[in-house]
Amino acid sequence: MTEAPTPAEPEGTIPSPAARLALYQRAGGFVTPLITTIFAFFIGGLVVLVVTGKNPISTYKAIFNGTGLNWLFPWISHDDRITAAFNLQATLLLTTTLILTGLAVAFAFRCGLFNIGGQGQYAIGSIVAVWVGSSFSGLAGIPHILLAIVLGSLAGAALAGIAGFLKATVGAHEVITTIMLNWILFWSAGYIFGLEGPLQDKTQASVPVSSNIAPDTHLHVFWGNPVLQGLHVGFFIALGALVAYWLLLNRTTLGYEVKAVGFNPEAARYAGIGVGRSIFLAMAISGLFAGLAGAVDVLGWQFHVGVDDIQGSSVGFIGIAVALLGRNSAPGIFFSALLFGALVNGTSTRNLDPEIFKPELAQNLTLMIQGLVLLFVGTDVLVLYLWRGRQRLMFWRKTEPPT
Amino acid sequence: MIARAEPGRLPSSRLLGAKNTGLLGIGLGVLAFWLTLPPLTTRTVLWPLIFGLLAVAAGIWSTRRGGGRAGWSAVASGLLGITFGVLATRSSTAHLEEIVVWSALIASTLRYATPLTFAAIGGMFSERSGVVNIGLEGMMLMGSFFGVWGADKTNSWALGVLIAVVAGIALAFVHAVFTIHLRADQIVIGTAVNFLALGLTGYLFVSSYGAEGAPTAIPEIPDVSLGFLTDVYFVGPVFANLNLMIWLSFALLLLSYVVMFRTTIGLRIRAVGEHPRAADTVGISVYRTRYAAVMTSGALAALGGAYLSLGFVHTFDQNITGGRGFIALAALIFGKWRPFGAFAAALLFGFSSALGDRLPDYFAEGSAVPQLFNVLPYLLTIIAVAGVIGRSIPPRAIGRPYTKQ
Repeated sequence: MTEAPTPAEPEGTIPSPAARLALYQRAGGFVTPLITTIFAFFIGGLVVLVVTGKNPISTYKAIFNGTGLNWLFPWISHDDRITAAFNLQATLLLTTTLILTGLAVAFAFRCGLFNIGGQGQYAIGSIVAVWVGSSFSGLAGIPHILLAIVLGSLAGAALAGIAGFLKATVGAHEVITTIMLNWILFWSAGYIFGLEGPLQDKTQASVPVSSNIAPDTHLHVFWGNPVLQGLHVGFFIALGALVAYWLLLNRTTLGYEVKAVGFNPEAARYAGIGVGRSIFLAMAISGLFAGLAGAVDVLGWQFHVGVDDIQGSSVGFIGIAVALLGRNSAPGIFFSALLFGALVNGTSTRNLDPEIFKPELAQNLTLMIQGLVLLFVGTDVLVLYLWRGRQRLMFWRKTEPPT
Repeated sequence: MIARAEPGRLPSSRLLGAKNTGLLGIGLGVLAFWLTLPPLTTRTVLWPLIFGLLAVAAGIWSTRRGGGRAGWSAVASGLLGITFGVLATRSSTAHLEEIVVWSALIASTLRYATPLTFAAIGGMFSERSGVVNIGLEGMMLMGSFFGVWGADKTNSWALGVLIAVVAGIALAFVHAVFTIHLRADQIVIGTAVNFLALGLTGYLFVSSYGAEGAPTAIPEIPDVSLGFLTDVYFVGPVFANLNLMIWLSFALLLLSYVVMFRTTIGLRIRAVGEHPRAADTVGISVYRTRYAAVMTSGALAALGGAYLSLGFVHTFDQNITGGRGFIALAALIFGKWRPFGAFAAALLFGFSSALGDRLPDYFAEGSAVPQLFNVLPYLLTIIAVAGVIGRSIPPRAIGRPYTKQ
């Protein structure tokens, strides 16, 4: 523990977040995130035990049954399977959103930027999508859907682009600007969908929600009942976004430049990369993913947006934990989005039996688990320690020292 | 002033310097708007127009002579002064007098600014020692909840505040352990700390108070009643009945300035934040100083949170702080990591909140338009961190974990 991981660096250079992450990505495959998760759940369980005196195992079991993941077990009864299928669709709907909001954090992170504004970018995406979906009645089906998705994503990109632009030009810290933009969207939604607001549904004057989007803009539901929020094709859009993310980072010049800036902005500048441009584009593309998430949710299952939908949502924040736990890699983000999707759905008011554990408590438990995950993921010394431990283990297993 | 200037050149008097002219222009722009408000309430567009144009002229004169930001700000101030001034002359006097009651507005500004002041000064201790504290928000939230919880359980606001401070320190300790000893990324850990606080306070709130919501009959932090001031013009309505914590924040302001810039402790904190290796070499314990600084910031942020719940809104709700920790952070940056600068910035943010609070009176009952005014302090924060008035230079070693050698 006393020796430094690299030969003594000159004073004043510290690893950028992206460089730290690179180390973290090298260290120990999927084992460390798994340990992180188990550890976070363990501490969450302790909190349950100490604060409420409930049995944490039965609590987690109840949450698990609410996720619908027991659908995968062959031994459950027919009736249970129907409920489980219904729950699993809800879990995967959330996974769809979280993949996209996770990508919104991950892409910026690769450029050394911390985009906490996923929430606001998601909100503006859904606001624009609901506006497009409920107007432009001349457009039919697919073009209408495409217009809503493209404009929603671009709105997210524009919002994040503001933070990127300010970072690139005057050096305003993106954490503060994106948080402030979140709050601006939070209150703007109160106006936009509030009474007398521009997008409020005039046919029900006292309810703060938008009009419904046109029925031909609904995304196709391929699993489950379309009326009861079955799984829509947006799930594949999210999977496609994962592929696009991977291609963009690993197969394009832009991705290379973004990563270079993330590792070391000075070196990147010296190599002739436009650092400001990369920062702006990285933020804008991040916002694109979050805006897409908002649009897909509106077209897929929400169909209208209310003040409470925007002000009560936290998918953008969960995206932070998704990205960091998934180590900003495409497969990692998929699995951690599934984990958090399951956790959020399993603790929802609809799925968790209040006799066993109050859903309001469980939702706060989810927040704590997110916090714990971030705490451990952010701590590369712990990871390094585990990694070194594994190396030592491998050293003992093999008789000859590793080269 | 002896004119030693060469013929054909203006003497470069400091009073007429480009920058000062710019500042004068900013003042003229503000004046253009102010004239149209009570108590003067000019009803003609002439006055705001004259002063606004003077401001613009001063701004242009200033920028032509290298006034830089001050000059451009004067132009902006003049244009805004004209816009708002003309708008104000168009609205009815009754409306204006309802909204712009200066003494009430200033008292309200102080109430909104106080939680920010506490948190920003807390943040100053942490950041001056080299540790970024994004977790201020969470520490305020801990203070808010545990203040209410403690006051409710012990039936004493003083013990409530004490418990709040302990809770804030506890959360700050987590932040300190991970950022100082484990050398984790300070921004990520700060975010983690915020999530932890949000989850923990929400969890405890639901499990202790359940569906019925926060207790309403909690002991509150008292107001300080200064009877002899009550009848003094203007000063009375502002200062005669301020909350104890607001006075405490004034005291803290002075104290923190003296500690930070006039004592050995402050010198050590600043040394550790500027050049930890040098500080280490002369025998200052970098880790111990940083631990103390971060935990102080937790205590102060929690005080701000406790004032918010026990002295200001008199209740608790989940996520009651609503981003105030981040606004405090922006105030700190805006105020160039100095107590009085941070206080001035906090007053500015407080004023925008106070104004946002009163403007809705302008609109019909039930209208959603006033919701937009809640945006004001957040918008102002973005403008502030974007550095409209000069760039602030952070402590040199900020955000960098220190490794002992």
